[in-house]
Amino acid sequence: MSYAGKPKKNGQGISRRDVLRNLAVGAAGGSVLQIIPAEAAELAHKMILQEKAGAPPGMYKPKFFPAHQYQTLLFLCDAIIPKDEVSGGAVEAGAPEFIDLLASENEKYQLILGGGLMWLDNFCSDRYAHMLLDCTPEQQKEVLSLIAYRKSAQADPTLCQGIAFFAELRAMTCDGFYTSKIGIEDLKYIGNTALAVFPGCPPLPE
Amino acid sequence: MTQVIRSPKTYDVCVIGSGAGGGMAAKILTEGGLTVALLEAGPTVNPEKDYKMFVWPYELPHRGVGVGGRAAENFGEFLAPNGAWQIEGEPYTSAPGANFQWFRSRIVGGRTNHWGRIALRFSPVDFKSKTRDGLGEDWPIAYEDIAPYYDKVESYIGVFGTKENISSAPDGVFLPPPKPRCNELIIKKSCDKLGILCIPSRLAVLTKPLNGRPSCHYCGQCGRGCTTASNFSSSQVLIPPALKTGKLTMIPNAMARKIVVGADGKASGVLYIDKTTRTEQRISARAVVVAASACESARLLLNSRSLVFPDGLANSSGQVGRNLTDSVGSDGEGYIPQMEKIPPHNHDGTGGMHLYIPWWKYDGQNDFPRGYHIELGGGREMPGAGMFHGICEDFEGYGAGLKATCRKRYGTTIAFAGRGEMIPNPDTYCEIDPKVVDQYGIPVLRFHFKWSDSELKQAKDMQETFKAIVEAAGGEYATKTRSDGAYPYGIQAGGKIIHEVGTARMGRDPKTSILNSYCQAHDVNNVFVTDGAPLVTNPDKNPTLTIMALSWRASEYLLDQAKRGNL
Repeated sequence: MSYAGKPKKNGQGISRRDVLRNLAVGAAGGSVLQIIPAEAAELAHKMILQEKAGAPPGMYKPKFFPAHQYQTLLFLCDAIIPKDEVSGGAVEAGAPEFIDLLASENEKYQLILGGGLMWLDNFCSDRYAHMLLDCTPEQQKEVLSLIAYRKSAQADPTLCQGIAFFAELRAMTCDGFYTSKIGIEDLKYIGNTALAVFPGCPPLPE
Repeated sequence: MTQVIRSPKTYDVCVIGSGAGGGMAAKILTEGGLTVALLEAGPTVNPEKDYKMFVWPYELPHRGVGVGGRAAENFGEFLAPNGAWQIEGEPYTSAPGANFQWFRSRIVGGRTNHWGRIALRFSPVDFKSKTRDGLGEDWPIAYEDIAPYYDKVESYIGVFGTKENISSAPDGVFLPPPKPRCNELIIKKSCDKLGILCIPSRLAVLTKPLNGRPSCHYCGQCGRGCTTASNFSSSQVLIPPALKTGKLTMIPNAMARKIVVGADGKASGVLYIDKTTRTEQRISARAVVVAASACESARLLLNSRSLVFPDGLANSSGQVGRNLTDSVGSDGEGYIPQMEKIPPHNHDGTGGMHLYIPWWKYDGQNDFPRGYHIELGGGREMPGAGMFHGICEDFEGYGAGLKATCRKRYGTTIAFAGRGEMIPNPDTYCEIDPKVVDQYGIPVLRFHFKWSDSELKQAKDMQETFKAIVEAAGGEYATKTRSDGAYPYGIQAGGKIIHEVGTARMGRDPKTSILNSYCQAHDVNNVFVTDGAPLVTNPDKNPTLTIMALSWRASEYLLDQAKRGNL
């Protein structure tokens, strides 16, 4: 198999799956992992009812996440890749719908993301007495700054699960954004078209 | 295009498998006037419908990662269809401690629908490597025997490249190469500094119209399958002319389970499962060409036990399934700051590299036998899922800063895939699992696999070379590997490079080989094997071109023998 067929990957390091695996091994004898699937399954059942009661006409109806979790997902996707002067953000690019679709089809994501979103609200409740969306912008910024970096776990090991969740969500948000029209244009990718002649590399800068 | 026939007709030849080896046999045999029944374990392919040429990731609901994201582990959803390391209902097993990953593609054309189109000739020394270093076996044929068939295959399928006069990488019949990409020019500049050869690659992609097929349109997506057939696939380039003869009967969804042997000790037909009805069918034929892929062919021979051949067909030597090898594979990549300043431009080109690094240390003193080549990647490829996972892991964070980093780093990577020669060893083989059958009741393969020190040293050398090239380009080498663990120096699991060969090797001595130099079984003269199984060595050249050259040669021999009434 040639290089051309390989999945694309920039940079290197321990994969986020490795992080998750390590955390799973260390997480209270696996109890977290055993409890959350049941909760996630229950949530999936409740979801349908909530969907029917929820969204106004024309709005996206999540396939997996309950309304509150989906709102939190929207908030996080927007925080991870926001709109800027060049392009729209991850929400406009459809990343939350993409993530919801995958979660609806894969128990692994239901656990990591569904459980992770609950972890985040639990964490915010413990720390600020509010769920994430009800926290002040300063509090929201503080918690994201904690779970966005592996080094936070050195000072506070209880952040491990949140860091692992955020790493997964960040990667999936990037996947959703950079596979969208908005994201591909943001990178100024030129191609996916028929050419009579391949022009080769433009003059290389020094 | 297909016609399913269950009449008691006896075909001249039953060909099993429609990939590079089987497709070539079907073409040569039907054009030579024989009637052929071609069994394929998967469905037919419809390029217009099945190939995803020009599709953007956002046109697929799953953006290329498949239902539940599960295709991400298997090359994603864009590659030409029906192939994976795991196929539902068709398992295989690994012996304790072995980790072999077996890629199968169940579709007309097999793996040639998605393959990398890298078309490299084996070199003269590759046929005589035991004479050179005492390891493995020599081939019963020399480069001169196969060279005319390399010429024929290249002239027919179309391969671009350049005459370079490098002893480890013989020149062929070449179409002009495409211009290099930026990442490749940067790598070449580094290689020039380091004394490493870096030359135009050799891919089965048309840079000029050939034999009624139009020239490449440079969308960079050969792996997805090409609706204009501007690259080579068996399904588009070998099967259609065979069908045109009117002598080919295509039987898709046909899983061969046994080659039937008559009282005279000759093959008389093939039993197969029609997957659509799950019923057993029989093809009668005067000769059988097995080209189901190296391991699948070994499985079929081993499962074809009879009173005459209790250990399996063509297996009096006990060597069927032995001498299994895959290419040594280790990958790496680096960040090149200079590439941040390259203006946006169309980088697509052909699917696959325009330059590559052939084995350049063939005259040197190395601490491992044989050699490897390096495939090149990187630059402004079409964005896709997974592209920024490394950036996320390295830079972490979120928000405007993360977005700016992704933008700045896009297209600034150069990437390498080292592909080297594994020496056959006694701990690496496949056999019939004594307990497990697939959903059609056919006993499955059990794999034994072990890298030796030779392969690990090669992988180490690859990593050192990648790093040296990146650093000579003023970049930072990003791949971190360990010298211990399951994958020392980033060596990939056996089977991951999808170059498995050697399981029914050719040779002069029937005690140590399965086939003669025309891919004809020593034990049964109307059985031929024309996929990767006959290959005696697995040099650092992707096997497909050699499989086709050998199949062409074997098919001409079969035609000749049939005319003489010797089968």
